[in-house]
Amino acid sequence: MDWRDQAIVLSVKSHGENGAIVALLTQEHGRQAGMVRGAHSIKQRGVLLPGNRVWASWRARLAEHLGALRCELVSAHAAQALDDPARLAALSSACALTLIALPEHQPLPALFGALTALLDALPHPSWPSVYVHWELALLRGLGYGLDLTTCAATGVNDGLAYVSPKSGRAVSLSAGEPYADKLLPLPRFLAEGGEGAPADITNGLTLTGYFLDRHVLSAHGLSFPPARERLVERVRGLSPTIP
Amino acid sequence: MAGAEIEALIQLLARLPGLGPRSARRAALHLLDKRETLMSPLAQALSTAATSIKACTVCGNFDTVEPCAICQDRARDDSILCIVSDVASLWALERAQGYRGRYHVLGGLLSALDGIGPADLGVDDLVSRVQAGAIREVILATPATVDGQTTAHYIADRLSGLDVSVSGLAHGVPVGGELDYLDDGTINAALKARRGL
Repeated sequence: MDWRDQAIVLSVKSHGENGAIVALLTQEHGRQAGMVRGAHSIKQRGVLLPGNRVWASWRARLAEHLGALRCELVSAHAAQALDDPARLAALSSACALTLIALPEHQPLPALFGALTALLDALPHPSWPSVYVHWELALLRGLGYGLDLTTCAATGVNDGLAYVSPKSGRAVSLSAGEPYADKLLPLPRFLAEGGEGAPADITNGLTLTGYFLDRHVLSAHGLSFPPARERLVERVRGLSPTIP
Repeated sequence: MAGAEIEALIQLLARLPGLGPRSARRAALHLLDKRETLMSPLAQALSTAATSIKACTVCGNFDTVEPCAICQDRARDDSILCIVSDVASLWALERAQGYRGRYHVLGGLLSALDGIGPADLGVDDLVSRVQAGAIREVILATPATVDGQTTAHYIADRLSGLDVSVSGLAHGVPVGGELDYLDDGTINAALKARRGL
């Protein structure tokens, strides 16, 4: 058994003296893991960092085996984010959530594309909005997509301001006002496009966080990875003009 | 094939870094051959080290004295504190002989995978040390990895309210390094950290 595919490094766990068990999200083979020999060598150290995009070659006798993995660097996303605590938290959070939320060996090319888009967007000022969109894409990819196009009560697609925590559907301002305390605020940039202000990003993370927790994490006895909690704290601390 | 005692010796040696079962067997045979000149002094040294070497309660370095020789050295600069992830990093900085301040060994890095949080690294103790002492600058010398820099940013945040300047090690082209052999990430980091000449 062998395959070669584009992949994003999700985690690297040391194994023995020189080896590491590396988890990847591949384009066509889903989430995979393999053993990389010489993972701590000078050549491989900068390659095997979470968030980096690589060409991965995997080989094993049976598909269920851990297999031997070789990785060549395509894009060093991790190195670009190392100096910026907020971007680094976003990268770590995305990798950690992908690692715990996605099943192994299931091809999920849409989620690979979404994670690639997020990593490509990290150097740009709009990255916080892209991150929230990525969490929505994660929910969608796992079958828990939110319907933020029309009001669940009236059917209108204007003035959407809330999301029902029960159905995951948008609710307009007029229809939702009497139940505002029970509904989740819908940031304008998710309904109308564009970029969100820091307060909108925080609301966006609260929205996606609620559904990720309900459908993906709590259902399996899991909790948010510390990296996402750090990201929420970082986003709360961002200045009105995000760098 | 070999007696239980020899097998036990081989198995213990095989646990050492760099040694597998085959090389452990060779090492065991070598030790048995050089019983008087090597095995007995080694056993004595191991026994002495096991009982007398302790982690310094001030900085976390290994030494036979408490506090360690570095913490006791009056010639060192008390106003600079270098934070490292482990004792190996401390020894690397000491080998380089470019730093004459004090150290703080974290004993690991923040890692969600390994379940290591701020409490496991004794960050509160570090903040107390910085608050209590005459420290004016903190150098975060954690590895240039995602976990290393996440830890550095976390500590920088925790120290942000205190009257200390916080700096981190530069990332870039190693001495003697050629650009052609460097990975893209290192080259980008070096470009970002470029300086006027």
